Amino acid sequence: MSGVNKHFGDLHVLKDIDLTVHPGEVVVLIGPSGSGKSTLCRTINRLETIDEGEITVDGVPLPAEGKALAKLRSDVGMVFQAFNLFAHKSVLSNVMLGPMKVRGKSKKQAQELAMALLEKVGVANQAQKLPAQLSGGQQQRVAIARALAMRPKVMLFDEPTSALDPEMINEVLDTMVALAKEGMTMIVVTHEMGFARKAAHRVIFLSDGQIVEQSTPEEFFTNPQSERAKDFLGKILNH
Amino acid sequence: MSFLDRYASVLSQYDVLGAFWVNIQLTFWAAIGSFVLGCLLALMRISPIASLRGFGATYVQLLRNTPLTILMFIAVLGVWTQLQIKLSGDFQQNFFNFAVVALSLYHAAFVCEAIRSGVNTVPVGQAEAARAIGLSFLPSARLIIFPQALRGSITPLGNTLIALTKNTTVATAASVAEASGLMKTMIEFNSDIVIAIFLTFAMCFVVIVIPMGLITTWASRKWAVKR
Repeated sequence: MSGVNKHFGDLHVLKDIDLTVHPGEVVVLIGPSGSGKSTLCRTINRLETIDEGEITVDGVPLPAEGKALAKLRSDVGMVFQAFNLFAHKSVLSNVMLGPMKVRGKSKKQAQELAMALLEKVGVANQAQKLPAQLSGGQQQRVAIARALAMRPKVMLFDEPTSALDPEMINEVLDTMVALAKEGMTMIVVTHEMGFARKAAHRVIFLSDGQIVEQSTPEEFFTNPQSERAKDFLGKILNH
Repeated sequence: MSFLDRYASVLSQYDVLGAFWVNIQLTFWAAIGSFVLGCLLALMRISPIASLRGFGATYVQLLRNTPLTILMFIAVLGVWTQLQIKLSGDFQQNFFNFAVVALSLYHAAFVCEAIRSGVNTVPVGQAEAARAIGLSFLPSARLIIFPQALRGSITPLGNTLIALTKNTTVATAASVAEASGLMKTMIEFNSDIVIAIFLTFAMCFVVIVIPMGLITTWASRKWAVKR
């Protein structure tokens, strides 16, 4: 993405963002509240529109609307802070829906794929339940399986553990680390330094809608360059 | 002749149940008509296309704010008498069909708003998640938004159905031989027992409508979407 700008009314939330994420790369977006990291994440599959600039996914510019946009979104997996599992459908149906209705797979194929993915994220035994009957951590792992069922080229994680109880954060992070190790291209908005250290190739620090600093996790956490990054790390590491 | 004998003899001269059967048939067909049309309107009102949203909003404002009696007159005197458009070859069936159309058009506006209130009970994240896996507007409305919105709008839809049931009495204005028209005739010729006749018809409506309220309350609990 290059030269991306976005405003919410008078607020300039994204300022001249230039960012390239390579296939297989895991990028963590970090920064204080209101820094634009979630917004940035959501522009990549156009859940947020942009005012200026260009975003391309796998060489294709982001389409404006309609079928082309739907097609692109099907190749970009997204995991939300609030899980957003389809509340009226069973866990299994949640994962089967995309393969059947978007990819046109048969019910049998979709079910096999869905069960394999639920197995992978460790919630296969909950397949027939409704989302509301699962814990937050389980729901989020189902949401990851639902995104993976589309065989995405890139996965976006928008604060995937922020709505979870502390003891459930790890089960979700473990799933994400495993995914990163398999070579999935990932863009992750998170405050989990542990995940960044373990799985990220690059950490990007945003503040006030700008990319202030980017480097390897090792470099960023031990030797931040900018004052704002030092200040931010000081606050979150010493609390 | 005692009051009760008088009352019984009056009732036996008229086909009260037959007249109510007409109201029930009007309710049935208009409920289907207004539900289908109301769903389409609700779909328009949440669609990404501005002109469809505008059409849906205008329709609701116009029809919701027009008295039903006037719609009945427009249907029968305007569309049938003036424009010579018939909905059935049979004289009585023609009136009935026009009444169903007018009731459907009118209540569709309320059904639309009931469903839209149901759409508001569906968190925005549901639509975002649907879009994020690559569903476009119609599939995500059909598979994700509407199934949840309808469950959330059972109670307001039930209220609309109750209003519709009672509003079928306005079909008298379109010359349909239904209960309220029969009541008027009965009162005209039996003015000595007016109150008893009134109460009879009122009770019959209560008997029809109360189960609707009970069923919708039960159904809205049973099918509530657990979040």
